[in-house]
Amino acid sequence: MYMTTLVANTNFFQGKKGLFSWIFSVDHKRIGLLYLYSLMTFFIVGVTLGLLMRYELLNPGKDLVEAKTYNQLFTLHGVIMIFLFIIPSIPAVFGNFFLPIMLGTDDVSFPRLNLLSWWIYILGAIMALSTLVYGDGPADTGWTFYAPYSVRTGTNVSMAVLAAFVLGFSSILTGLNFIVTIHRLRTPGMSFLKMPLFAWALYATSWIQVLATPIIGITLLMIAAERMLGVGLFDPSIGGDPILYQHLFWIYSHPAVYIMALPAFGIISEILPTFTQRTIFGYKAIAFSSLAIAFVGYFIWGHHMFTSGMSGTARFIFSMLTFLVAIPTAIKVFNWVATLYKGSINVQPPLLYALAFIFQFMIGGFTGLILGALATDIHLHDTHFVVGHFHYVMFGGTGFAFFGALHYWYPKIWGKMYNVKVANVAFTIFFIGFNMLYFPMLIVGLMGMPRRYYDYLPEFHLPNMISTYGSWVLATGLLLMLGNLISGFYTSKRKIGRNPWNGITLEWQTTSPPPLQNFDRMPVLPKNGPYDYENKPSIKE
Amino acid sequence: MRTSASTFAEGVDFSLYVITGISVFFLIGITVVMVYFVFRYSKKRNPVPTNIEGSNTLEVLWTVIPVLLVMVMFYFGWMGYKPLLKAPDDAIVIDAYGQMWKFSFEYPDGRLTDSLVVPFGKPVKINLHSRDVLHSFFIPAFRMKEDMVPGKNNFLWFEATQEGRFDILCAEYCGQLHSYMLSSVTVLSEADYLHWLANVPNISDEHPGLSLLKQNACLTCHSQDGSKIIGPSFKGIFGRTEIVETDGLEREILIDEEYIARSIKQPNADIVQGYMKGLMVSYETVLSDDQIAEITDYLKKLK
Repeated sequence: MYMTTLVANTNFFQGKKGLFSWIFSVDHKRIGLLYLYSLMTFFIVGVTLGLLMRYELLNPGKDLVEAKTYNQLFTLHGVIMIFLFIIPSIPAVFGNFFLPIMLGTDDVSFPRLNLLSWWIYILGAIMALSTLVYGDGPADTGWTFYAPYSVRTGTNVSMAVLAAFVLGFSSILTGLNFIVTIHRLRTPGMSFLKMPLFAWALYATSWIQVLATPIIGITLLMIAAERMLGVGLFDPSIGGDPILYQHLFWIYSHPAVYIMALPAFGIISEILPTFTQRTIFGYKAIAFSSLAIAFVGYFIWGHHMFTSGMSGTARFIFSMLTFLVAIPTAIKVFNWVATLYKGSINVQPPLLYALAFIFQFMIGGFTGLILGALATDIHLHDTHFVVGHFHYVMFGGTGFAFFGALHYWYPKIWGKMYNVKVANVAFTIFFIGFNMLYFPMLIVGLMGMPRRYYDYLPEFHLPNMISTYGSWVLATGLLLMLGNLISGFYTSKRKIGRNPWNGITLEWQTTSPPPLQNFDRMPVLPKNGPYDYENKPSIKE
Repeated sequence: MRTSASTFAEGVDFSLYVITGISVFFLIGITVVMVYFVFRYSKKRNPVPTNIEGSNTLEVLWTVIPVLLVMVMFYFGWMGYKPLLKAPDDAIVIDAYGQMWKFSFEYPDGRLTDSLVVPFGKPVKINLHSRDVLHSFFIPAFRMKEDMVPGKNNFLWFEATQEGRFDILCAEYCGQLHSYMLSSVTVLSEADYLHWLANVPNISDEHPGLSLLKQNACLTCHSQDGSKIIGPSFKGIFGRTEIVETDGLEREILIDEEYIARSIKQPNADIVQGYMKGLMVSYETVLSDDQIAEITDYLKKLK
């Protein structure tokens, strides 16, 4: 109530104007959008590199570039997509924008730190991309920077690993900020078990960011030290151990997969209740399974090393634990599907993305089981099957959730609406293209085509061809989707109210776009938990 | 799926079928239920939703059933893998070497080959070594791979169940020509294998220096026809003058016996202009001085 007069008719876009009012803003909504615009820029660069790689693989032999360039393409594609897009994606954009609003507060706990983390992100991005324009070009090691090749190659590995090191700080600061915000700034009456599931997902993610990221930071510094000083950490010719590097790398990079996936689970748990108009099935099971995944996810890194020569005991333990992490994930899927039961389902673009997420994430998960089993992994390790699996989880999963979230919160962020019909068409093309692009990779992997292959044997031709054609379909869908979202911003005439989807979490109680202080009147919590549609507070415009 | 040609392949394929079978069943089941719900409970057909908070019975059910299923998957994965842990004592032992970008093999009698020849139905143990960076020894038809890690002694073993020739691929990224690091394994009947083993490899009239260049994968990077691959071409190399970078300083040198020996033993000491540092490893411990002399003699003749 006290805010009513304060911020009557201005939203966060109004007020201060100009570039500096954005890049030095400490408003979590503006920072969220800064992340969105920068992320999308890097995403498009990453997609372009991916398309070039696929084009090169259209036929055996040379199609477009030389072997060395191809190796640099897949390395840069990986570094950009992992460190600049998928790790920050949902937390940095939608977490920043919506976490405080969903908790009913006016900002994150440390707004200045929040701005600093964006600046660090930009610094890291510039460092990563600078490798394009000087010296011997971008690293050609793969995004995993495996030693001793990464110690010996003449390309700009040192700058690439330093960039990833810097980017780690951005991730840590965002995680720290969210943990404190969730503990300290929930609106009165919102206990932990009345938090929206997106907040739960971010909470679990943030702990991984804070606890695991320092390990990759120091590991990558060790690579730089090895290259510049020849310390003898990982290169056996000077007394190091390449397996040690793999352990250190995956102790972070496996939990990091959950940094990428957990926020997406949160998005799905928000979209489903809104478009079924009912409470989520198994709130506690979904909330706690996020924590379980974050916890178990720490102990399974060894499955990336099943063929590196680990002991039988280590392989046994890592394989078994890997299977255990499937359980909380399965629980989530069952609860999501049960949420559709007896709902009143409104099929809109965000729901389509959520359904595609569930389907594709299942394929990603099941192929993960095949890779987690020892016998099958010995055949499939380091083949295109792994590439297909990974993209099903990360792109078919997290990527689709990201675009689902963009369609879901679009009217709230900008107070405008995109063309729903075009969005549905774009989704369909995107979905078909995605599966055409990545499913053949699973097949060609089973046939035995290793990953990171510039050229391949003739028997691998057909699946590679289909995959490349699929990449063009996917790109078409993506362009149409982004074009539709951008043109919605300029042409939308519709007046968007506070709650176009009839959602229930707190962001739907404020204006679209929200005012600078987030709420023009005190948000009201539903009586029994965040998705209590039976006692949904009525919202006046 | 390709042919399956080793005893190990059965275990891999069987666990693959078990896991894929269960997975496809659930994938289709869950997807069908999901799509059915979307139609059955659409806004039109079901305007008033029913709020169901959850069900403890269901939560327990869909926790316990997946636990049991994944343990079944784990079991078959482990059982399929277990035989690989220990090679039979009577296995034929062959050493395999990976180096950028070539596989080579050394038989117990000291014979060196570019490709593998093994007998049908006999256990064969391959000791895996790397001379430079990581490689991975992958035989898709045998469903097995294991990394070649410098400074570490990995191995794998198999028993071929089909005669014929099968691809060997490098599965761990190892640099520029990774996808061209190929070889093959030929499975012969026992009689043919013994025959092959008894025969001294064809003594060719090839220059011994050229044989050494082939055995040590030199020609993967250095051409004999003047074309530029990874390193400078060998054609007309002897007596040529080059600009090289030594400790950051450029200088002009004449390629003579001394320079060639130095380049083999300390490849990063002088880098010819236009080429990258760090790609070649030292062959000081691999090649003797006599062998380097043979190579030099061959290079002198390569005009």
